[in-house]
Amino acid sequence: MTIAPAAPTFDCRVAFAEELTALARTDERIVAVCNDSVGSSNLVGFAAEFPDRLINVGIAEQNMVGVGAGLATSGYVPFVCAAAPFLTGRALEQIKADVAYSQAPVVLCGMSPGMAYGELGATHHSIEDLSWLRAVADLDIVVPADPEQTRQAVRWAAGAGRGVYLRVGRFKVPSVTPPGVAFEFGRAARLADGDDVTVIAAGSMVSRALDAAGAAAAAGVSVRVLDMSTIAPLDLDAVRRAARETRGVVTVEEATTTGGLGAAVAGVIAQEHPVPMRILGIDRRFAPTGDTAFLLEHFGLTAEGILDAVLGLAGRDDG
Amino acid sequence: MKTDPGAVDSWHRFRSEFAAAGPDRRATMLSDRADRSRRLDLRMVNRAGLGHVGGDMSVLDILTTLYFAVLRVDPQDPRWPDRDRLVLSKGHTAGALYVTLAGAGFFAESELDTFAQPHSALNGHPNRAAVAGVETNTGPLGHGLPVAVGMAVAAKLDGSPRRVFVVTGDGELQEGSNWEAAMTAGHRNLDNLTVVVDRNRLQQGARTEDTVGLDPLDAKWAAFGWRVVEVAGHDHLALLAAFDAPRDGRPTCIIADTIKGKGVSFMEDRVEWHHKVPTAEQVAAATEELTR
Repeated sequence: MTIAPAAPTFDCRVAFAEELTALARTDERIVAVCNDSVGSSNLVGFAAEFPDRLINVGIAEQNMVGVGAGLATSGYVPFVCAAAPFLTGRALEQIKADVAYSQAPVVLCGMSPGMAYGELGATHHSIEDLSWLRAVADLDIVVPADPEQTRQAVRWAAGAGRGVYLRVGRFKVPSVTPPGVAFEFGRAARLADGDDVTVIAAGSMVSRALDAAGAAAAAGVSVRVLDMSTIAPLDLDAVRRAARETRGVVTVEEATTTGGLGAAVAGVIAQEHPVPMRILGIDRRFAPTGDTAFLLEHFGLTAEGILDAVLGLAGRDDG
Repeated sequence: MKTDPGAVDSWHRFRSEFAAAGPDRRATMLSDRADRSRRLDLRMVNRAGLGHVGGDMSVLDILTTLYFAVLRVDPQDPRWPDRDRLVLSKGHTAGALYVTLAGAGFFAESELDTFAQPHSALNGHPNRAAVAGVETNTGPLGHGLPVAVGMAVAAKLDGSPRRVFVVTGDGELQEGSNWEAAMTAGHRNLDNLTVVVDRNRLQQGARTEDTVGLDPLDAKWAAFGWRVVEVAGHDHLALLAAFDAPRDGRPTCIIADTIKGKGVSFMEDRVEWHHKVPTAEQVAAATEELTR
């Protein structure tokens, strides 16, 4: 069976940069800090309009995060932008000590996360970021699923007043935000109703979860789809309700399964209301060579893969 | 933690008297103040059963000169936006910072009794969220300078004359993050930024030059675009002159030649006093040496 997306798709970095630049026009506190990633962070327009407020520290991620923290405790609202693997891997201790523990309200923008860099290889994939950062206290983690959510998350982050990790997708995704449904920090958005199985998805996986839900409906299985755009703090109420009101929960994320969304949800379900679960993601394997679409398929991160998990939980393995 | 109004008053009186005093009197004032801090620090570490007294003794003349003669800060309004910033990158010498902040009235000296006790604000490494006057949380080395660069960039963006000071250890300069930040500061001509290297030539387990040598340290900073001044790090007037020297568009690095354990004969330049805890008898003997 093939489930093909028909809708147009978008690189969320475009919405990110447009929103950031628009905000900067009315809020002088907003600055961007980057590691020679003006182009890949889509900051060319920002730099042209606000040359003094784009602080390019060069290829130096530890320094970049520290500089962001110093700006933040001086009253600025720094958006620290870098390719997600280097921001989170190279500067993890700075994120912990300089941002989270120091209560410096920095917006850490992990650009092109997951396996967006495809055939550039595992060095350039950011699949560990959610596990690493969910282990850090006092740091919020937001994973928008489409351009509109990205815009609204940027606007929210500018006023959050605390450390935020914002995952900004490069791999093109369709729009999943229905009209009138805003990004709400800390709250899951219920994008499809159902009472057999719940799929909890984040970021690039949300549209695929919706496709899977549509296919499941055709097979007689009704699926609730939760867009968990905030990974930390988790919307505990939405998870509890999913466990109580449906028969099983599938989580899906473009990240390792060791500590991200699936692990967060599993922690709640195992301790509060055990129901069968499937955790979809990448299980501590480095990716083979291939483009992003190929790699997502390789790891089963497709509508078909999600559908299989749903039907398995619903007792319809033959689906 | 609350400001100590009495201590703040005496700090203000100290600053006024200092401003009006001649060189000899100035030197005596700062040296008395630093030795008082040393006595408090040793007592505090003995009571807590942990601390880093060698580095505390090494850095106290630098911190005393900054807080009692240089920094534009307001202990009653520790987050005053236009204050000068002091970042203690060598966070393991938190004890030296705590006794200095208490001396300026940021909090009461009696709080020092809680150092390292359960739920105390005074952790083994400084916590900005808990202690007034702490600007960023340090402990892992090589973190202070990048954060200070951000603060210096912010001051430039604000068009403010405020200054940013960072105190680093010397062994700490083996962390590469310092050099990332040094490169950025040099490139951006951050002349509002001053690094003081507490150059006592000892790190945790051995001499710096026997571990991974730093010399020629002055040439390293100069090569990164910094103005470099080398001073005797326990000479308060020399430190003061270095802090007050006219700037030339470059960030400043003051290499302060210091002695780990300074002021206590049996601790001076002895590697084991990095984090050895003095006994009550040793504190008494040291206190006598530090009382003039």
